[in-house]
Amino acid sequence: MEASVRAQNIFKSFQSGKTKVEALNDISFEVEKGELFGLIGPDGAGKTTLFRIFTTLMIANKGNAWVDGLKVVSQYREIRKRVGYMPGRFSLYQDLTVEENLSFFATLFDTTLEENYDLVKDIYIQIEPFKKRRAGALSGGMKQKLALSCALIHKPSVLFLDEPTTGVDAVSRQEFWELLRNLQLQGITIVVSTPYMDEASLCDRVALMQAGKILDLDTPSGITRKFSKTLWSASSNDMYQLMNDLKADERVNTCYPFGQYHHITFKGLNQEIQSIEKMLAEKGHVDLTIQKTEPTIEDCFMELMNQ
Amino acid sequence: MKQFLYFIRKEFYHLLRDRRTLFILFGMPMAQILIFGFALTNEVKNSRIAILDNSKDEVTLSIIHRLEASRYFTIAENLNSYAELEPVFQEGKIRLAVVFPEQFQNSLLHTNEAPIQLIADATDPNVANTLINYASAIIMDYQNSMKETKEFPYVIKTELRMLYNPQLKGSYNFVPGVMAMILMLVGAMMTSISIVRETELGTMEVILVSPIIPIRIILAKMIPYLLLSMVNIASILIISVYILEVPINGSLSLLLFECFLFTLTALALGLLISSISSSQQVAMLISLMGLFLPTVMFSGFMFPIENMPMPLQLLSNLIPAKWFYYIVKDVMIKGTGLETVWKETLILIGMLVVLLTISIKKFKVRLE
Amino acid sequence: MSMEAAISVSDLTKRFGDFTAVDGITFDVKKGEIFGFLGANGAGKTTAMRMLCGLSLPTSGQANVAGFDLYKEPEKIKKNIGYMSQKFSLYGDLTIRENNRFYGGIYGLTDQQIKEKTQFMLEHLHLEDQADTLVRALPLGWKQKLSFSVSMIHDPKIVFLDEPTGGVDPITRREFWSMIYEAAHSGTTVFVTTHYMDEAEYCDRVSIMVDGKIEAMDSPSALSKQYNAKGMEEVFVQLARKAIRSDN
Repeated sequence: MEASVRAQNIFKSFQSGKTKVEALNDISFEVEKGELFGLIGPDGAGKTTLFRIFTTLMIANKGNAWVDGLKVVSQYREIRKRVGYMPGRFSLYQDLTVEENLSFFATLFDTTLEENYDLVKDIYIQIEPFKKRRAGALSGGMKQKLALSCALIHKPSVLFLDEPTTGVDAVSRQEFWELLRNLQLQGITIVVSTPYMDEASLCDRVALMQAGKILDLDTPSGITRKFSKTLWSASSNDMYQLMNDLKADERVNTCYPFGQYHHITFKGLNQEIQSIEKMLAEKGHVDLTIQKTEPTIEDCFMELMNQ
Repeated sequence: MKQFLYFIRKEFYHLLRDRRTLFILFGMPMAQILIFGFALTNEVKNSRIAILDNSKDEVTLSIIHRLEASRYFTIAENLNSYAELEPVFQEGKIRLAVVFPEQFQNSLLHTNEAPIQLIADATDPNVANTLINYASAIIMDYQNSMKETKEFPYVIKTELRMLYNPQLKGSYNFVPGVMAMILMLVGAMMTSISIVRETELGTMEVILVSPIIPIRIILAKMIPYLLLSMVNIASILIISVYILEVPINGSLSLLLFECFLFTLTALALGLLISSISSSQQVAMLISLMGLFLPTVMFSGFMFPIENMPMPLQLLSNLIPAKWFYYIVKDVMIKGTGLETVWKETLILIGMLVVLLTISIKKFKVRLE
Repeated sequence: MSMEAAISVSDLTKRFGDFTAVDGITFDVKKGEIFGFLGANGAGKTTAMRMLCGLSLPTSGQANVAGFDLYKEPEKIKKNIGYMSQKFSLYGDLTIRENNRFYGGIYGLTDQQIKEKTQFMLEHLHLEDQADTLVRALPLGWKQKLSFSVSMIHDPKIVFLDEPTGGVDPITRREFWSMIYEAAHSGTTVFVTTHYMDEAEYCDRVSIMVDGKIEAMDSPSALSKQYNAKGMEEVFVQLARKAIRSDN
């Protein structure tokens, strides 16, 4: 089966003052039809640049890319009819109403809201009460939903969403991911980027990106399975002191704060947890707990960054 | 087509919802034309002058009457000798003195020639010049009226002859100039800002990733400002004709066509600016420094081009406003037709074609 | 108000016309505490934070920040607090040294003090070689750490951090939090907003704002217990979902 999105040895660099920045450094991957694919990484990883190459807004220095089997450089006209794109910034007209924004983007793609109503129905119902309101006056979550409706209005076969949940609160983020799951059921291929590592588990497959490179590409569980060490979580009454004490111990490989716990790996293979506990107790830690825990995508990301 | 029409409609929404900008766009032309027409005019009214009439004959008296009757002069002093001239100037009582020699009428009748001396306080050279021009014009007027009644042509020696604007009305000059300024500003600055704003907002990204043909984006952006400019032209012309009493002597349709042509040139320039600007501020700055100032400086309506050093004179040829100013002066004020302005019109068309080609070529189909 | 409170707020309200952005919030932040200030988009966090920084006047209510009254001594408050946000941090077209000199100058530090502070900061962040580099040429993570240090240049009693770690990679994010811990340890009160719920758990106490009111306030572990949740994310979602229902 033809891949829905394909990148082959993509290189892209920018001139920033005197220095040359490698935004993308040999990127290759494929996204299958109907897949929900995540690009996970911090700012500067190259996610936006990659999106712009797929959406025909930029040309790579080297390498090839295809969307729906079409070449992004020579067949860009055709691709523009087929993809939906939601850039990272809120990219609707703030001075137009919800309704006007929708009909503008509909006519841009030579269609109407009614024509593909089934597709946007779930989302549109939520913003319909505000259809006479100017987009600029909507709340953050509503803006995201409106932008998504506009990107979907022509029933694209591939949807590119660049950091749709950045700066959005946890509730709106959850709702947004539910919407994406529903869209996927309708057969649309979705490529989505996010800096929030916890969202990786909501994708079918993810690429972890850092500084223009793909660190790893797999299913979320495939990635966490590859974590090379045993991960421990520790807590005590004084978390700051606990971190300092752990970091100072030479048996400790890494120690990162992780929510209510610190996540620790050890250098040796046989961890002598009792002796570590004893050391910490001697330093005055109370309510000490150390137990094995399952690594998250974020643990894996940090391990890959350190390699 | 529907796509394109909706795009234009969207542009109108932007325009109409930004009340402040809209107010400036419509208010500015009116304010400018009125300011230039009334406040900043270099017309001088009711200037105090002195008369030294050494002849005191029929002719000198009627010239004095004409001077006094004009709205430019008030006769403040009647002098009896040259010696009195210096003090009245020094005290600042008068700005101009008109001196008739002895036997003025006689020499006019017998030799058909007579000189009049005009002495002005040249501490403000512009005012002095204006006053001398006014006075000369009035004298000339008198001389012409004598021609009609007498058989022999009499010549009263004055140096200047004022054509087309016998009363030297300031607004005659300003109307074409202000038109050039407004059209350039509205056309170039507003178009460039409206395009750059979309890039800044990120909406350009979404529009580019849609099937709309880039040239349509350009056209849809230009049309609202073209219409707006035409409305501005109409309002400027109405104010000129009915309030400033500047007539349209030539063909109105030719004048409108030339305005249309110049507006298109300005829009093309705006498009070009948008393709080299990274932000709205940059676009505004380039429009102001790169277009507005040269329009004011080099179109010839503020500062005469003939007085500029050669390199600047050559430079002024590149300014579309210069040619437009020529054309409007000819068509509107002199009342001539295409036969006198075809060359300038062709130059403008040439500039338009070149600018439009460059800017459409430069318009980015992608983000870089 | 107890002597130990760095921030003491009672019944603070801000209205914009008919809209009540902040609706009678009351809380204390202890000296040296890391206080997480959470809320959904549009819950009123930013407005509340602006008032506490002396950038906007409350409609009603009382507040005391760093020992000074919000109405009577806003200028003194500004001298005793530091502020850093994700959006505005440092001047990209100035070098690290120049940024320091500028901010140090604003807060009235002597040349000698600025010099010492800058030296200390550069060593601490291992940026000695970059002292004369334009800030915009630095990687985002460094910029954020640097701008936190700069917001602390005048040893403020309280530092306000508005989503300080947005978009930063996970390792830098943790390094950043180490700096926050360090600051709190040395007695600076930290008032921080974030969208990362795991970061909320690093705080000593958090408050969650819903529709302009503080709906919950306690230590993360106590809140988890109270709402029978696994972590702050669940607590937050439970509370914020309510708001959306009442909103529609």
